Amino acid sequence: MPGASSWPKDGSGSTSEAMARDERPDPNRPAPPSPREVRASLSSSIGLGRGRGGRGDRSAEPEFDLRSPQIEASGEAAFVDPGETFDPGATVRPTDAEGVRDAVRGATPRRSASPRRKSAKRREERRVVATEAAGGRDIVPPQAIAGRALVLVVAIMGFLACLAVGGLSLVAEAARDWQLDVSREVTIQVKPIDGTAIEPRLKKATEIAEATRGVKSVRLIGERESEALLQPWLGSGLDLAALPIPRLVVLDLSDPAAADLAGLKARIGTEVRGATVDDHAVWAARLRTMAGTMVVAGFGVVVLMLAAMVLSVVFATRAAMAGNRDVIEVLHFVGAEDRFIAAEFQRHFLKLGLVGGAIGGAVAIVAFLVVDAVTRVRGDALADQAHALFGGFSVGWTGHLGAVAVVALVAVLTAVTSRFTVLGHLGRLE
Amino acid sequence: MIRFENVGLRYGMGQEVLRDVSLEIAPRSFQFLTGPSGAGKTTLMRLLFMSLKPTRGLISVFGADTARVTRAELPALRRRIGVVFQDFRLLDHLTTYENVALPLRVSGKAESDYRADVVDLLEWVGLGERMHVLPPVLSGGEKQRAAIARALITKPEILLADEPTGNVDPPLARRLLRLFVELNRLGTSVLIATHDLALMEQFDARRIVLAEGRVRIYE
Repeated sequence: MPGASSWPKDGSGSTSEAMARDERPDPNRPAPPSPREVRASLSSSIGLGRGRGGRGDRSAEPEFDLRSPQIEASGEAAFVDPGETFDPGATVRPTDAEGVRDAVRGATPRRSASPRRKSAKRREERRVVATEAAGGRDIVPPQAIAGRALVLVVAIMGFLACLAVGGLSLVAEAARDWQLDVSREVTIQVKPIDGTAIEPRLKKATEIAEATRGVKSVRLIGERESEALLQPWLGSGLDLAALPIPRLVVLDLSDPAAADLAGLKARIGTEVRGATVDDHAVWAARLRTMAGTMVVAGFGVVVLMLAAMVLSVVFATRAAMAGNRDVIEVLHFVGAEDRFIAAEFQRHFLKLGLVGGAIGGAVAIVAFLVVDAVTRVRGDALADQAHALFGGFSVGWTGHLGAVAVVALVAVLTAVTSRFTVLGHLGRLE
Repeated sequence: MIRFENVGLRYGMGQEVLRDVSLEIAPRSFQFLTGPSGAGKTTLMRLLFMSLKPTRGLISVFGADTARVTRAELPALRRRIGVVFQDFRLLDHLTTYENVALPLRVSGKAESDYRADVVDLLEWVGLGERMHVLPPVLSGGEKQRAAIARALITKPEILLADEPTGNVDPPLARRLLRLFVELNRLGTSVLIATHDLALMEQFDARRIVLAEGRVRIYE
């Protein structure tokens, strides 16, 4: 295959010579010629080539021999632009290159440019060439997609989804802590019985508790302490001695799972009159139910938000396809497969999804940190209540990890949605 | 290569735009497709590059019945056909180089593999200095050359050109015609749709004349 160096520079090739080779139709058609072969043949035969110098090399071009058996010679140079006067003796104009660089930027060519402007143009040209070398710019023009609006929608949805995930993480951790605290504590309640002293029964209950496997410590709530517990409901200054107030023995378990609560309940029930064991199972079950409900509701909210985002992406993709109908047509005519076109849109929307998701996720994480810091610093009633409930508004690493996962999910969902929308749309064509 | 048998086409419930069209485009053949405006030249071209499906009749492209060609098979067939549109259909946001390289890019080739070929072809068509320019700043003739280069870059077996000289002056039209003649001489089948009688008189070739939806062929 002839290379660029074999281009005729001396005008030795001519159409008549090329035609003289007379390659008649052959049923066993050879492989089509490569661009270089075509170029080399035509350059030599009809003088269409200009060499590497393009316009600037006109002076070095061969005189074009346009005579051929079929076509009347015109004597004009090949491929002169309409309205352009061809001057075979023209030399390279320094402003030509500048004009080209201006054109790259779509600017009006200027004859006199400052060194700074020239440098900027050179940089721009290098950037264009580098873009081409990197595989070319996006085939789907970025400005044809409502990018900013979609990024904003994705960012808002991502932010809300991250907040939901962070809130879920907070509630789930708090519920787990409550549950752990509740399940670590068991209470033995000894009711006063007329004619029977309560102290021996309390002592017996304490002994049984201490002898039970899995119990870390046993604490008898004294009379004063019991009165103090009732004070918020009954008020101060009352003589509680006359009232049949139950006494409590609080057990702290070392390992709720390993503790022999069944044995404890059985022994207390049989050996201590008027005593019952409360392992807070009802509370724990309620906590579990509440936490489970919160988690399901939170996931529902996240799914709804992601569904809304997916629908937004579907509409944006359809709008982008409608706005790029001509681009898609051209791609089909040059032999692009549907999956290539879909990949072009997908790449674009993946970028939008990543940017939008990252913005939403970052804002959500900042919001977590700010709320955590504010609740730590304020120390007022609201902060105290929140702290009592949640043990601090600190979203743990699971929450932050969840936010990152939401960002990734948002980006992937955006890309995949656009891909399937494009494939579905293209499949309905024709 | 491409064969039409009693092809008819109508848009919706309207009259048939093409009626009983039978023709064959042989390997390495050269033909003009001509006829008055509205005769159906562009419709016939669209049938040729499988942008439309006929309402009746058989179209065979490279041995494949287009009625049975699936969407997945279309790209491979289209890559064997080069098309030059009357309105160029260059993508305005891509440079001349990127436009010409587009068929290679969509076929999955790496830029490093085709760069030399694209640059050579661009220089050959006289766009060496304009390869990094966006189409809106190209002249009509330059756009035409870029469109032709894009059609040629994949070494198509057949080149379909719709009014390729419609936007250029007579001298450039003669050069474009010579280009097509030479491509044909090198083995590519060429079909040029035109209503430019002066252009057709410059080269003695088969003429497919469309009138009122019917075809007459003058060998």
